[in-house]
Amino acid sequence: MVDAYAAGTAVAITSAVLGWFMVLRRQTFTGHTLAMVGFPGAAAAALAGVPIAAGYFGACTLGALALGGRRLRDTAATGTLQAVALGLGVLFVGLYHGLLTDVTSLLFGTFLGITDGDVAAIAAVSVVTLALLAAAGRQLLFASLDGEAARAAGVRVELLSYGFVLLLGLSVAATSQLTGALLVFALLVAPPATAQQVTARPVPSLALSVALALGVTWGGLALAYDSVYPVGFYVTSLAFAAYVVARAWRWANA
Amino acid sequence: MSTLELHDAAVRLGDRTIWADVDLAVEPGTFVAVLGPNGSGKSTLLKVALGLLPLATGSVRAPAKREIGYLPQRHHGEATAPVRGVDLVRLGLDGARWGVPLPRRNDPRRARVEDVIRLVGADHYAHRPFGSLSGGEQQRLLIAQALVRRPRLLLLDEPLDSLDLPNQHAVAALVQRICREQNVAVLLVAHDVNPISDYLDQVVYVAGGAAVAGKPEDVITDETLTRLYGTPIEVLRTRDGHLVVVGQPDTGAHAH
Repeated sequence: MVDAYAAGTAVAITSAVLGWFMVLRRQTFTGHTLAMVGFPGAAAAALAGVPIAAGYFGACTLGALALGGRRLRDTAATGTLQAVALGLGVLFVGLYHGLLTDVTSLLFGTFLGITDGDVAAIAAVSVVTLALLAAAGRQLLFASLDGEAARAAGVRVELLSYGFVLLLGLSVAATSQLTGALLVFALLVAPPATAQQVTARPVPSLALSVALALGVTWGGLALAYDSVYPVGFYVTSLAFAAYVVARAWRWANA
Repeated sequence: MSTLELHDAAVRLGDRTIWADVDLAVEPGTFVAVLGPNGSGKSTLLKVALGLLPLATGSVRAPAKREIGYLPQRHHGEATAPVRGVDLVRLGLDGARWGVPLPRRNDPRRARVEDVIRLVGADHYAHRPFGSLSGGEQQRLLIAQALVRRPRLLLLDEPLDSLDLPNQHAVAALVQRICREQNVAVLLVAHDVNPISDYLDQVVYVAGGAAVAGKPEDVITDETLTRLYGTPIEVLRTRDGHLVVVGQPDTGAHAH
């Protein structure tokens, strides 16, 4: 349980920060696809008898390499990759001949069955991600909002775009072990989308995104502890509720 | 000394010559419009000035990159940024620096940002979400972003494109005032000269692989424009001295 909170905290902070840039850059679909390609990766790892984590990292890194290039940023190519990833996932689960009874854990996570090793891996990825974003945050903000002007000012826009998608892939892989391939997306998109509804000031918006992600993660874990329903349900429901409140607040203040 | 000079300049992309034999000198404090049909290489001229595109032949002398303010051409959809106008202006000042843009007390850069926002008259709405502003308001803030580093040369790529006529006049007047007050040389790309001709010191027409530069009354003539566009064009002079170009193919893709 302590492990779940520790890992959940690292995942919430990293996802909220990366997701904030993802939403700003309108790369939500890319993020979703990166989460999806983790599923066949994990299923293939189970089939091959290697650690599930290796499957998530391998598949998400490959996905990020494929999607990071500027030319491949169109949604049709991204969607096609997502479709084949799902298909492969189903194939690998089928090949496992039912021994892989817990498909739902690949898709929806194993929040409470997490080990010390998993926590260490997640924490390491979080530290690296946050350090890189702290170093390049301002340039990434400029490149995301105003690519042409940033390029003219000397920002290496293509390198940042590619690096960002790679970082997103790594983070998604680490997070997927906890949340599964589907729920990682909830933490990436909902808190930042909510925060950006509330304020147009970048730093407070980023801080609010982190606070919301922590709130829904801790809240979800606490609610699920005494419940027969899964963590993922609570996390997504809380995140969705926050989003609805933010939309209503904005509508009331418009 | 001229702020920007081109001599016998030519640009080639692949084996296509965009334009050649271009001579141009832009003095400090002059407002120059770059005009011509779509695809004739107007933006190319700005990219050469910025050092983003090399010349095939000839020479260019331009200020260093940090002394150039650049407003790229906007595409629809970029105007909904979920940040404030003041944040975008600020990025023009330090967006290429490392680190995180944490707010600090007594920040001298913040004072500069507020100054330039007042200069373009955007102080009433600079703290509102950028996406909620009108096209004219957004364009003023983006001009402030390009101006914030006190450039010697200001390059504006189609800043009037999505504006209604009164706003085209207002932004052109603003650019003229900045040009005079700050003694900055301005190159403004436009596809229609009529709304802005009163504010200009010089025009550059880029068409058919060549460019003609000079004072508006010298260049905007029936003969010159008809020759450049390869289609009959008539220039009228109104009673109060305004030049009006008629028959200018300013909407279709007339690359010659």
